[in-house]
Amino acid sequence: MHRWLAPAAGFAVLVLALAALEWAASVGWVSPFLTPPPSEIAAAGWRMAAEEPLASAFFSTLGVVLAATVAAAVMGIPAGWAMYRFPLLGNAYENWVAALFSAPLILLYPLFLVLFGRGPLTIGMIGFLSGVIPVILKTYEGFTAVPVVLVNVARSFNLPESALLRKVLLPAALPTVFTGLRLCFIYTTINVVGLEYLVDVGGLGFMVGLMYDRYDIPAMYAAVTFVLLISMLGFSAAERLERRWGRGA
Amino acid sequence: MSRAAYLRLATLLLVWAAWEALARSGLVFQGVVPSSLTVLASAASELGSSNFYPHLWRSAEEIGVGFAIGSAAGVGLGTLMGVAVFLGRMAHPYIHVLAPTPKIIFLPVLMILFGVDIGSKIAMGAISAFFPVVVATYDSVRLVPPVLLRVARSFRASRWQTVVKVYFPSMLPAVVTGMRLGLGVAIIGTLLAEIKLSNRGLGFLAIQRYEGFHIPDLYAVLLIIFVLAVAANIAIGRVADRLQRRHVISRRTPSR
Repeated sequence: MHRWLAPAAGFAVLVLALAALEWAASVGWVSPFLTPPPSEIAAAGWRMAAEEPLASAFFSTLGVVLAATVAAAVMGIPAGWAMYRFPLLGNAYENWVAALFSAPLILLYPLFLVLFGRGPLTIGMIGFLSGVIPVILKTYEGFTAVPVVLVNVARSFNLPESALLRKVLLPAALPTVFTGLRLCFIYTTINVVGLEYLVDVGGLGFMVGLMYDRYDIPAMYAAVTFVLLISMLGFSAAERLERRWGRGA
Repeated sequence: MSRAAYLRLATLLLVWAAWEALARSGLVFQGVVPSSLTVLASAASELGSSNFYPHLWRSAEEIGVGFAIGSAAGVGLGTLMGVAVFLGRMAHPYIHVLAPTPKIIFLPVLMILFGVDIGSKIAMGAISAFFPVVVATYDSVRLVPPVLLRVARSFRASRWQTVVKVYFPSMLPAVVTGMRLGLGVAIIGTLLAEIKLSNRGLGFLAIQRYEGFHIPDLYAVLLIIFVLAVAANIAIGRVADRLQRRHVISRRTPSR
């Protein structure tokens, strides 16, 4: 069996399903208002690209996601390191951080609306909060998993603390830290796009809600598809980066 | 008490004191940061009022039904994909890229297909729960120890017998872990859908309090939601732990 045979068959099924939907809508089996034929969705996609500020919506979402991700990395990696370096902190807070990881943080957004107003700051804060937790958790996990032998060798060579971090701990922990950063990017994106849709503020998520409110159903499907494509591209890019740079030294 | 426990206690007290200080300082708009006592009092009055429970039952119904549909579909498709290798390799890329996308973005589509009432909320819970479960199930099928499969084959077990007697018991702990994740995201998805558009449910209650600027009540509803979500998570975690332990023991016995 060829390696590409199964993915090709999967793609063929997708194309067939779209064709069946097109046909069902054209003969009136499904209401073209509720499930518009794919050709109409594609046309609406082009129309949106021409008429709506799609690019600015995309960059607005991307900007918030990147700012939140960078902030999460800048604060989360040192926090994870501190929990490793001072075992008291690690013992005290590890379970808390793990519990927060599974807590429905996005539901706190009405509280953040009250505190930070209805704008990008609220969205960014929720994105940051949901993203920083996997960074802390994975950084801590990565550091604690560094073989004790490596640390002992470094100490026997009298390495100063900073060199120990730079030459031993970080390279050894890097793959796990990268996993944390990828999770951070995913969680931040989910929360940012979701909140944009929920509070009708900002980029791509807002676009989806706007089209629904206008009853422009084909354009709404196009906007949903667009969000899906963007997040797919983003996530596979993150995965590829992780594979290339996160291999450890 | 260990030093870590002292530190945790100190942290809690510090956060609480900071909150109270902020509430009384007048630095933020009045009412934005209410005193914790006010919040607890409104939580008690929410729980005491008969108006609260219809919202709770509605959310419980939506989450329960949605989670049941989503995890049943996830276990079914995940098992099928794992057993039928070609089908698995056909579908896997799509599942893999759809799993981390924001599901709430499908809400307008679900509202069109299932109506703005309870149907779209159940559907939201179902697709939220589906992805973690299908991914965990698919992975767990492929990690079934080949030894067990060879034993089944040497006893001439039928395909159905192999699935029920070998695959399912071996997959159980991983699938339950996936369901734990799935329940978490189903709760989030359903409540967010209620927040966006509904007239009943805990999410609706929270956003109604927000829109009326009843801030202590808003915090109270959020507090109740968090306590319930954590309780549900702990309950399913207990089940997972128990299964895990039994699984480890039963795995060890035949191989030694």
